[in-house]
Amino acid sequence: MRRQVEGSRAVAESVALCRPGVIAAYPISPQTHIVEALSDLVSLGRVGSCRYLMVESEFAAMSACIGASAAGARAYTATASQGLLFMAEALPNASGLRLPVVMTVANRALGAPINIWNDHSDAMSQRDAGWIQLFAESNQAAVDLHVQAFALAEELSVPVMVCMDGFVLTHAVEEVDLPTQEQVDAFLPPFRPAQVLDPDQPVTIGAMVGPEAFTEVKFLEAHRQLRALDAVQETADRYFDVTGHDTGGLTTSYRLEDADIAVVALGSVLGAAADVVDDLRADGVPVGTLGVTCFRPWPLDEIREALAGVSSVIVLNRAFSVGSGSILGADVRLSLAAEQTHVYDVVLGLGGRPVTRAVLRRLLDDVLEGRVSDRALSFPDLDVDTVVRELDREGHQRPESVARGELGADEWGKAWT
Amino acid sequence: MTFEVRFHGRGGQGVVTAAELLSVTAFSQGRRALAFPSFGSERTGAPVVSYCRIDDRAIRAHDPVEQPDAVVVQDPTLLGLPGVLDGLVDDGFLLVNSAGSPESLDLGTLVPQLEPHHIVTVPATDLARSLLGRPLPNTALLGALAGLTGVVTLASLQEAIRERFGAAAGDLNATLAGEGFVRATGGAGRHAQAG
Repeated sequence: MRRQVEGSRAVAESVALCRPGVIAAYPISPQTHIVEALSDLVSLGRVGSCRYLMVESEFAAMSACIGASAAGARAYTATASQGLLFMAEALPNASGLRLPVVMTVANRALGAPINIWNDHSDAMSQRDAGWIQLFAESNQAAVDLHVQAFALAEELSVPVMVCMDGFVLTHAVEEVDLPTQEQVDAFLPPFRPAQVLDPDQPVTIGAMVGPEAFTEVKFLEAHRQLRALDAVQETADRYFDVTGHDTGGLTTSYRLEDADIAVVALGSVLGAAADVVDDLRADGVPVGTLGVTCFRPWPLDEIREALAGVSSVIVLNRAFSVGSGSILGADVRLSLAAEQTHVYDVVLGLGGRPVTRAVLRRLLDDVLEGRVSDRALSFPDLDVDTVVRELDREGHQRPESVARGELGADEWGKAWT
Repeated sequence: MTFEVRFHGRGGQGVVTAAELLSVTAFSQGRRALAFPSFGSERTGAPVVSYCRIDDRAIRAHDPVEQPDAVVVQDPTLLGLPGVLDGLVDDGFLLVNSAGSPESLDLGTLVPQLEPHHIVTVPATDLARSLLGRPLPNTALLGALAGLTGVVTLASLQEAIRERFGAAAGDLNATLAGEGFVRATGGAGRHAQAG
């Protein structure tokens, strides 16, 4: 049924429809409304026999989910920012032990400086933890991806992180069409764990593995995650059959078929980008968008094929690797390694700075008119004057590229991207 | 047609709720709507901004409202803050919670681009205090906004308010919305109801 509802509330109801057995969470902005709503739903008896554990930390939340999942319960948690980092020790345990935990990350910047607002630094910091990472571009997508996440996780025995932009989506009140309980039940069978901790039939889960077999275990883990590329698409197709909601699968696209320029991004910024695409199309500019829903595992071939027809790609990074450069852009470049495509790698919207349609339009215009380098990491919403003033005050030598809002100073012979 | 509203108030005045209620009302009238807060650290008394974007087609962009068709100021002491009146379009509306007249607040000088009859004040806090016993101006202001702009109907707004606040508080706030509507229009909608 279509409703006008806050994104957090919609996600909480979506999770409840999946009949979790254990929810363990610790509140942190901007995830708070999700777990508050779930706590209410559980205490009202609307989530069956689900146990809600108000734990003492995020580390405890993930640890409780690991224990619950190993004991055969469908387990869920949610967090953001430093809360995700506080879980970091346990994240590779969930994936390494093949426990199908599902977690929402309400994406938020990492401090210091402390900042509660949205970017993708938190999720990016855990991209190598062995979890599947799905990014929602709207609250409708967030609702649909959570239901799919449980199915994917349990089919593959791999934990899944569903990322949604903190505040921008979690606190947005907009139209959402939740699936019905009957549809979710038809789509998502009860959890049948691949292995289970049972005192009557004792087994060891998580034994020490030495040099004689560790590489093989890790190879198999990576191999299984790559299988997810097929499973993500199949799960999305099956979800469409049951609910009529089209989430696209690995990627989404908008007016990309005949495009010569593609904007590649994760998350809610794709909505504003689609509006800008329409404006530019009206002016005859052949531009489209490619949204990456499945960021881990990285759909190497699918991204290459989706971008096969374009000569230029603009990658919108909402996080970057300090001292190295781009993260999403680096993966896009990997997909396009054998191609001649120009890749314009930009970082914007850090720490909640809004990525407005005006900002995106200006960026597209700058790329079209040759004012953006495809060899540097560009920061189009940077206040260059502030940066230059600070560097000059510190008395450091600085390359000209800094005044253009670029890292990867050509003058220093380095290409950071 | 897109219609965008920006609400300015202080933590505790229901700024976020106002944008949400407007979006729910528009949705109930078959339109698309997006409401969201400006994502500050919420503290009682701190300046808070919220937005509502209403359209006839699916709303994809989640960016803040930069060129509002209407600005609602829930506390007139905010009028001097930077950004409060920024971007207000020429045929837009300004609605201020004040017992004083637009002239006494010199609002015409602050937004010279607006038609004088698009600038309205309503004593929403006084109305709320007498009816609710609490200084919560947002429902009276929403009623006034409905009357001033015609973006939603008063009946739909009152329905959304009753839904949101439940029996007793819902009825009182619906009455407040009606009071606000009357104050802003002198009884009839200043503009034909725009669907």
